[in-house]
Amino acid sequence: MARVSLSGIKKNYGGVEIIKGVDIDVADGEFTVFVGPSGCGKSTLLRMIAGLEDITGGTLTIGDRVVNDLPPKDRSIAMVFQSYAIFPHMTVRENLAFGLTIANAPKAEKDAKVAEAARILQMEHLLDRRPSQLSGGQRQRVAIGRAIVRKPGVFLFDEPLSNLDAALRVDMRMELAKLHADLGATMIYVTHDQVEAMTLADKIVVLNAGIVQQVGTPLELYHRPANLFVAGFIGSPKMNFLKAKVEAVDATSVTVGSPDIGTLVLPKANVAAAVGDAVTVGMRPHHLTLGGAQDITGRVVLVERLGNETLTAIVLASGQQIIVALPGDIEVMAGQQLHLATQAERACLFLANGLAA
Amino acid sequence: MAAIQSDNHGLRLFVRYAVLTLIAVIFIFPLIFMLMSSLKPDQQLLTDTESLRAFLPVGDISLDNYFAAFRRAPVGLFVFNSVLVTGLTVLLSLAVCSLAAFAFVFIDWRGRELLLTLILATLIVPFETIAIPLLLISANLPWIGLEGITRGWLNSYQVQIVPFIADGLTIFLFVQYFKDLPGELIEAARVEGASWGQVYRKVVMPLAGPVLATAAILKFLAMYNQYLWPLMVVQQEAYRPVMVGLQYFFQLNRAWGEIMAYLSLITVPVLAFYLFLQRAFIASIASTGIKG
Repeated sequence: MARVSLSGIKKNYGGVEIIKGVDIDVADGEFTVFVGPSGCGKSTLLRMIAGLEDITGGTLTIGDRVVNDLPPKDRSIAMVFQSYAIFPHMTVRENLAFGLTIANAPKAEKDAKVAEAARILQMEHLLDRRPSQLSGGQRQRVAIGRAIVRKPGVFLFDEPLSNLDAALRVDMRMELAKLHADLGATMIYVTHDQVEAMTLADKIVVLNAGIVQQVGTPLELYHRPANLFVAGFIGSPKMNFLKAKVEAVDATSVTVGSPDIGTLVLPKANVAAAVGDAVTVGMRPHHLTLGGAQDITGRVVLVERLGNETLTAIVLASGQQIIVALPGDIEVMAGQQLHLATQAERACLFLANGLAA
Repeated sequence: MAAIQSDNHGLRLFVRYAVLTLIAVIFIFPLIFMLMSSLKPDQQLLTDTESLRAFLPVGDISLDNYFAAFRRAPVGLFVFNSVLVTGLTVLLSLAVCSLAAFAFVFIDWRGRELLLTLILATLIVPFETIAIPLLLISANLPWIGLEGITRGWLNSYQVQIVPFIADGLTIFLFVQYFKDLPGELIEAARVEGASWGQVYRKVVMPLAGPVLATAAILKFLAMYNQYLWPLMVVQQEAYRPVMVGLQYFFQLNRAWGEIMAYLSLITVPVLAFYLFLQRAFIASIASTGIKG
């Protein structure tokens, strides 16, 4: 196990800065997820930690060693790739033992460690098969097993579940969470799937355009996003953003208003906004309810019945569309007029520069 | 409906087989003609060419031409020379060219694009244009042998082998194949602690079976059919390969039966080699689109 520290990490490709000075601390035994849209630099960051990409600037520390210039094998890491990257010409047993074979480990040690990894991942019966005889989930398990066998300080996962079908992904997600609990190892996990990020992480790092947007626990990010990007990225369906103007500010609350939401008093202390400032109010689809105060009125344009909830798209007076998550058994239909209540204490407020107020 | 489909399927199958059989016949008839003619005396051989008898083992059939061919030329020695030169060149070429391609594809170093472009550019230079300069260089190169250091490579095995070990086409074949290998396999091996040498030996080469077969066959054919170069650099019979040995049969009295017997004999190693590797060769062509 090991602590990982990134300090001012930068990456340039042909003069273009892809990673723009990233600072992240991953504690010993922590499960940290890098999440962000395609091209945000999360995989590049992981590959830099692995030693598969050069570091242009900054300091990378694993354990108590600066590893900027060390080759991958000397960094005490193991990596699981999106495409599994298991060797097709070797049996599962040979794949699991590959790192130990390279290191000329004694046969008894190899056998014991392979057996241990196979037991943890419940694949003892697969050891003599070739990868071509395995399903996608089994292949991914072999890739994870190969990482376990080497007992690395840090496990790196690069979108390991992306190639699996939806049902298998849920199963593997749970297995990974269990694996982390069993091994207690430091794990860094890259994904663009925010559900994976929310369910697996002790800590989430949200990245966009090579810059860390926010670091925090899943619920911190969900309830207190640092900016509009994080607010829009975390949570499904995504947060609704409504334009408004500040009407009053005092020590414990801020009052905002717009034709769409009327007047809304948000219980926010010390907001750095002045009367008349343009702001954005963020409301999660699950924090809007039918009836009650009737803050928002709109016309239903689309209904998606998911069984446990009904996602309803509503057009407001200004023409803006928002999404509301209503109970699963509710009767709504397109064209219907709906009156919604907001939970002002759960709404987010963003200043004109996009930062949370 | 099902019956119509099955009829169509049968017809398509028939046409397919008919076309393939025709192509096979076109390719195999010269071989049959060669084999049959090698069994016939010259007189009959020439008259038979006016009819389909040319392809049939009819008339005065014997192995006399084969005995005569062995009397006229040291066929065994020539075949040995060719198999030795070709075999060694193929083995060395596969090793050297695959290593070069490995460095071009997987290792990041300054100037690799330029060097690869230069190597690929050699593909358009015909051998005839470099034959004379190569001859002059070979004639003056030093060699360390049992007799110590000698100068000049003419009349030797090495002069037939060394200039052909590295070539643009073989490197190109390996480069194309290696580029198609998933990069994550190489990265996974590196993360697991493998050195570049171990990546080459334990990951890349075990997966390179099809391209090894293709490169081996193409190289084997090119080397076995060498004529101009050995004619220029080998004057002693001891190092002469099969194609140059053909000259022994084009003297004043041209013996066609013996020529056919000689050709049949020297075709055997080529066919054996191809049959040995054909499955991998076909798999390689099918998977990479490289034409043989």
